[in-house]
Amino acid sequence: MLEISNLACSRGDHLLFSDLNFSLSAGELLQVQGANGSGKTSLLRTLCGFMMPVAGEICWRGQNIRELGDQFYAEMIYLGHLNAIKDELNALENLRIGAGLAGCKVDDKQVIAALRRMGLRGRETLSVKVLSQGQRRRVALARLLLCNASLWILDEPLTALDVGAVELMQDLIGEHLVNNGMVIYTTHQPLEVVGVATRRLTLS
Amino acid sequence: MNKLSLIGLLSLVIRRDLVLAMRRRADVLTTLIFFIIVVSLFPLGVGPEMDMLRKMAPGVIWVAALLASMLSLGRMFSADHLDGTLEQMMLVPQSLSVLVLAKILAHWMVSGLPLVIMAPVLGLQFDMTTQAIGVLIVALLLGTPILSMVGAVGAALTLGLRGGGALVSLLVLPLCIPVLIFGAGAAEAVVSGTSVSSHLSLLGALLVMALIFTPWVTALALRISME
Repeated sequence: MLEISNLACSRGDHLLFSDLNFSLSAGELLQVQGANGSGKTSLLRTLCGFMMPVAGEICWRGQNIRELGDQFYAEMIYLGHLNAIKDELNALENLRIGAGLAGCKVDDKQVIAALRRMGLRGRETLSVKVLSQGQRRRVALARLLLCNASLWILDEPLTALDVGAVELMQDLIGEHLVNNGMVIYTTHQPLEVVGVATRRLTLS
Repeated sequence: MNKLSLIGLLSLVIRRDLVLAMRRRADVLTTLIFFIIVVSLFPLGVGPEMDMLRKMAPGVIWVAALLASMLSLGRMFSADHLDGTLEQMMLVPQSLSVLVLAKILAHWMVSGLPLVIMAPVLGLQFDMTTQAIGVLIVALLLGTPILSMVGAVGAALTLGLRGGGALVSLLVLPLCIPVLIFGAGAAEAVVSGTSVSSHLSLLGALLVMALIFTPWVTALALRISME
């Protein structure tokens, strides 16, 4: 359960938003909407603890995330604009490290299964350098499958993805919500998950 | 699901950085070759007077090691910063300081250790005695990790700044002066016949202090740079 109360965020001297209140409980999907520069990414980065809010509180299971620290990080996963994958490594190595940084120990079998699910069969041991932007994004998204984090924070997860991959993402989010997961995301593309009402939060 | 232990995280990050360094060998070799060239320039510049060369050898090797270690500092966090890996590192459900320590150790293995291995050969070039070379290696082994650790703080503070590479040298070099004094002093003590152990103990003390404080300070600096 994620609760945000009276949150205010600024970038430099510019106040992006203030008095933001919402909560997210198990099985819920929240889309953050707003024009370019309205503070969507800043909101997500604040939720991750990268940025200090100007005012307000972010609570996870009733406790402030600043106090929770590691416990909160163990239960969430963040996917930003940047894929966090290394050109010099192959998809398999990248994911093993990505999962390790998220605090979980995985074996090659799980990683290969995750990559195949993301439609990267046969690309497991290719250097990421030779993959296309969309394929790189798929490698980054495969991390979601490897860790049992209950809160997914996704910043523009659909960039560079083709139609097939967007559908796959919808399925993945659907499955995660059925397993009592929570997803908060931003996107400029339509993303509808079957059987789940998307809650929307508009920043202005 | 299996949780990754603290030691597991440490070895994962060290192995990752070593593999990355192996696949970008040019970066590693640049540091080492810079070190060799700078040290080799001195005999050419000051002339082949054995007595003078023998006297200045420890100082020259130490200053060159200091400058060479500055070359690689910029790379310590910047690549991870650019591709978003650093963001994921901030979200590690373990201590960020431990992760930073792993990165520092990997950085030392790649940029500090080769200098230590190369030093005896360069020492011969200056006609240093075997005993003096031995002490020089011990001093470098104690001192170069300190350079990586203090450098990490500077690299974290200047992360994402324009011209950060030059700035980090200006920031870190003055802080490395004690290491230079005791490091070069140890080998000079052999030549002049005074006690070596006092210099080495002081270097050891600096190493322990850096080991305790710098990972923590670097982690704080990284968090500030990410805002």
